[in-house]
Amino acid sequence: MLTLILFFIPLIASLLCSVIPREKVKQFALVASLLQLTVTIYVFTLFKTDIANQFAFNYCWIQSLGIAFKAGFDGISILLVALTNFLLPLIILSSFRNENENPKAFYGLILFMQFALVGVFTAMDGFLFYVFWELALIPIYFICLMWGGKDKVRITLKFFIYTLAGSLLMLVGLIYLYLQTPGVHTFDIQAFYNLSLTPEAQGWIFWAFFIAFAIKIPIFPFHTWQPDTYTDAPTQGTMLLSGIMLKMGIYGMIRWMLPLTPIGISEWGHTAMVLCVISIVYSSCMALVQQDFKRLIAYSSIAHVGLIAAGVLSLNIQGLQGAMIQMISHGVNVVGMFYIVDIIQRRMNTRKLSELGGLANNSPLFTILFMIILLGSIALPLTNGFVGEFLLLLGTYQYNVWIAGFAGLTVILGSVYILRAYQAIMLGEPNAKHTEFTGLNKIDKIILISIASVIIITGIYPKPILMVAQPALEDILVHIKYIY
Amino acid sequence: MNTLIVIACLGIAAMMSEVLGFKKLLLPLVVIGLVAGIVLLANDWGTAIRYYSDMVYFDNYAIAFSSLVIVLTLLWLIMAKEYFDSFSSKTENAALILFCLTGAIVMISYADLSMLFIGIEILSISLYVLAASKKNDLRSNEAGLKYFLMGAFATGFLLFGITLIYGASGSFNLHEISTYIFSNSEHLPLMVYSGILLILVGLLFKIAAVPFHFWAPDVYEGSPTLVTAFMSTIVKTAAFAAFYRLFATCFSDLSGSWGESLAVISALTMLVGNVLAVMQQNFKRLLAYSSIAHAGYMLMAIVVMSKISAGAIFFYASAYSVASLGAFASFIAISANGNEKLINLRGLVAKQPFIAGLICVLMLSLAGIPPMAGFFAKYYLFYGALEGGYLWLVLIGILSSLIGVFYYFRVIYTMFLPREDENEELPAFSFSNKALLTIAAILSVLLGIFPEILQGLL
Repeated sequence: MLTLILFFIPLIASLLCSVIPREKVKQFALVASLLQLTVTIYVFTLFKTDIANQFAFNYCWIQSLGIAFKAGFDGISILLVALTNFLLPLIILSSFRNENENPKAFYGLILFMQFALVGVFTAMDGFLFYVFWELALIPIYFICLMWGGKDKVRITLKFFIYTLAGSLLMLVGLIYLYLQTPGVHTFDIQAFYNLSLTPEAQGWIFWAFFIAFAIKIPIFPFHTWQPDTYTDAPTQGTMLLSGIMLKMGIYGMIRWMLPLTPIGISEWGHTAMVLCVISIVYSSCMALVQQDFKRLIAYSSIAHVGLIAAGVLSLNIQGLQGAMIQMISHGVNVVGMFYIVDIIQRRMNTRKLSELGGLANNSPLFTILFMIILLGSIALPLTNGFVGEFLLLLGTYQYNVWIAGFAGLTVILGSVYILRAYQAIMLGEPNAKHTEFTGLNKIDKIILISIASVIIITGIYPKPILMVAQPALEDILVHIKYIY
Repeated sequence: MNTLIVIACLGIAAMMSEVLGFKKLLLPLVVIGLVAGIVLLANDWGTAIRYYSDMVYFDNYAIAFSSLVIVLTLLWLIMAKEYFDSFSSKTENAALILFCLTGAIVMISYADLSMLFIGIEILSISLYVLAASKKNDLRSNEAGLKYFLMGAFATGFLLFGITLIYGASGSFNLHEISTYIFSNSEHLPLMVYSGILLILVGLLFKIAAVPFHFWAPDVYEGSPTLVTAFMSTIVKTAAFAAFYRLFATCFSDLSGSWGESLAVISALTMLVGNVLAVMQQNFKRLLAYSSIAHAGYMLMAIVVMSKISAGAIFFYASAYSVASLGAFASFIAISANGNEKLINLRGLVAKQPFIAGLICVLMLSLAGIPPMAGFFAKYYLFYGALEGGYLWLVLIGILSSLIGVFYYFRVIYTMFLPREDENEELPAFSFSNKALLTIAAILSVLLGIFPEILQGLL
């Protein structure tokens, strides 16, 4: 029942957005997302770590084809749903200052996106998972198309076709798995877990799924849509994409790829791992030379998620734990980062590093909050980024020393490019060409302070997150371990 | 069966209405007749009766498809209403449409090759006239002539094929032909294979599959848009029903001889249709090529020929036709200012957001994006094809779906772009067009979320 409530609050709210008066619609969206957050917290308090598939909801959707509307929570799902529902109010709040011509569509689409994301993270049926996976693409396409930058048509279309290509491959994989289930075919995830596929089939399924997820994450060489889309999308769109949507790819790997294709991974995982490492090093180097701050964050995001994917593929509990905690940390940090970009651009009308400088003099609070978020993203101890990256590197180290060595470069390069940006923006002489940087307003403070406090709290005390995820991740690993 | 009689009589009544002076009552009469037809069909559900010494056979398959074409005709009438009102020769056109429908139902329910031929002829001859019904428009005349010449050729092929099959088996009856093929499967004469080949050519021509598609874009573009909408939805559905019925009952044992080539044709149709659609600037032509591409997908089900094929074609035809009718309605409304180009859609989101939203839904359905009906239709086809071991065909289907996204989304984003002249007024959508768009969009979403409504029927 609670699962259904979590589905229906954003869905109904998004439909209601079309009838609410224009002036009220943003407040309405915020209230709806806060309500959703409250329900999520309530679900969290009821959640028991050691039981799989809680609050399960199962409805025969298309009976004759074995397709069910089956959703439920385990430790992995609940963390990502919590991330989604925590970030959504912040994302909605961040748009309050926008002068929006068509707020009904904007907030309706954002809330619809939330519905689809909750669906992706809780679906326990392959067909349902696919439907939500695609459903999440539609609102973000329209958000980017309607409120994007000047080259939006080309960029959004590329983004859409890219991700759709991956998803359709995944669909073929899912149908193949479905056809392998004994008796009356079913898309149920447990039935998928119980399949024993031939090594060859696993190899193919591995690639069909990996490419779909790698495009979403994105991992080199499937990343080319990402920098353009992130740069061109409106701030809220970028936040949704980077903060939550790319987690769909990692989540898909953990939930739908690892347990299904253990042999496939033992055969091809190494190749995929190398791609992740290339992705990390390449995008870190790209971030080093960016002039546009937003684009720099976009590249840094590829580097961070590349490491998360490498941690997942290292197939040990440290790597997976690291992935879970880093998904949350990255989600929170990157939303903070993009909000900082938004603050700067709004006040200074530029994102170019060379045109900025000396902002620290004007707003000490902004300087401190920026610093905290920055430290989180370069993984300083006592911030959330450290816990995640430490576990991820530990996991990859156990997998292969060389991989860990190269993946570890992300920490060094990450500090270099972020600190370089910080230096260029905040320190030095104020750039005379531009207007004075005004201090933070109330909304900025709410958003940045809540993000900064999450960074510090989870950095000092990450144990609750680790504990929630542990049993579910061990369940996933059980499916893999019997191979070795 | 009674439905067939009702609709044929309705056609005659429509012709007489001018003379007998109940012209004003014509439209209500047609609607009532069509609804009565559906009721009569629904009444026969599950009976499977053979009529007139096995000339027509109303099993569930025939009833489902006949109901589908009648429902589609009713939807089509919504957008046709004002067109008929403004048209001088309203009664003739109504009569021709009803005769088309009669032909379609004969094509769906035949149990005898001669009936198939008669059905196709009733349908086609009315269509030739309809295609050329804008008497003063050169393009309409061209369309009619082209369609007639090409169609006559195709019918020739079909008839020759039927003759050869008759020559070998000694019967027109589908049941007897299939018994003959089954019992002589070891040593069938060459005549049978040539017959199948010729029938295949004739039917592929009717559904405009590549490489027999060259007539379609010109005819679709030249004909009055309403007739195009009718051709690319209702007629196509009937042609597929006839195609599947023949090959499933008679030739499924011989699928080794035609399956592979049909698979190649299906792949080519999907690819060529979609690739050419990408290049179109004219909205109507784009819809014409898209209709060719969709025929390619539906052919997949005939290639695979499994127990879900009939259901897959049925669902696909419903999902595609509903969305397509909506798209044609929007084209009729938008091209009222004389501009048939795609760029004429610019500014629609700003000026008429509700309409634009509905068109988005239809385009998403045609592109096959969940949760629209078009997605489940494609899923069902792909599932059937994978089950039948046609992985390569599915991969081509996916590739062409991606190409499809390219132009369906071009329609979508064009609506978001600003018009060159900001103050230019867009043509207003009439109430009936709006109504049809709304119904089509609702059906597209509804069938996508609850596909069991239709999926379980066949």
